[in-house]
Amino acid sequence: MQYHVSDPSDPVGAATPVNSLPRGPVDSDVDLRVDGRAQRAHDPAVLGAIAVGGAIGAAARYLVGLGWPTPPGGFPMSTLVINVVGCGLIGILMVVVTDVLPRQRLLRPLLGTGVLGGFTTFSTYAVDIQRLVTGGNAGIALLYLAGTIVGALLAVRATVSATRALITWRTR
Amino acid sequence: MTRLLLVIAGGLIGAPLRYVADSAVQARHDSLFPWGTFSVNVVGSLVLGFLVGASAALPHDVQLVVGTGFCGALTTYSTFSYETIRLYEDRARFLAVANVAASIVAGLGSVFLGAAVSQAIWS
Repeated sequence: MQYHVSDPSDPVGAATPVNSLPRGPVDSDVDLRVDGRAQRAHDPAVLGAIAVGGAIGAAARYLVGLGWPTPPGGFPMSTLVINVVGCGLIGILMVVVTDVLPRQRLLRPLLGTGVLGGFTTFSTYAVDIQRLVTGGNAGIALLYLAGTIVGALLAVRATVSATRALITWRTR
Repeated sequence: MTRLLLVIAGGLIGAPLRYVADSAVQARHDSLFPWGTFSVNVVGSLVLGFLVGASAALPHDVQLVVGTGFCGALTTYSTFSYETIRLYEDRARFLAVANVAASIVAGLGSVFLGAAVSQAIWS
């Protein structure tokens, strides 16, 4: 079996230093340690949890957009906030499911792959940029493009570090 | 309320399909590059671009089910960002930068392509 990890000699992260990110798969949606390459059929419980979570996340995103609409040609602040908040939350979730609740099998499919995956969106981000560019607002498009990616990456970095620090402090 | 249910219906299908497609792609390569998430984000952007180009021709309900619900849930920013940070932390810094650049370029290109195709069909 092939492990999709950065350090093949340490697939389960036994040698992971406390303050670094967990070892193991880079992809938070698909864990090949669990899902396995040989396994062809997907666990119905996992698929069900992802579907329910995805529906909740998509509904929440729709409602945020309804309550906080973007005027034509305006900066899509609601989509930016949805994506950055979702990225902050996945940072917390991934540390919690890896370090605190590794036995909760459906937690990551429900909340990570489902709710946060359904809440955040890459396609709307890309379409927002396209609409701004074709509408003659290339400056806003560039600001939105850069602002989302920088905000999203900083959010993941910050919440992973903060959650790890909190766990280390609580278990000391 | 009906509109919310349409979005929910799309999300119910989009999210598990992302998982199945991501798993299928990830099982077929051994590189560190997160091709699975990259693929669903590009395909979802292509479909949403097509819908946006056809917005005048398609009913709003279709936009809600397929666009907001399905494409929104099929694509993901949280997994994309998490993977990028993981690559960066694992000292695969070139791949982290490449993931951001390639996802944005391919995602944007797909939107423009999808919109151009649907505009060609309905105009």
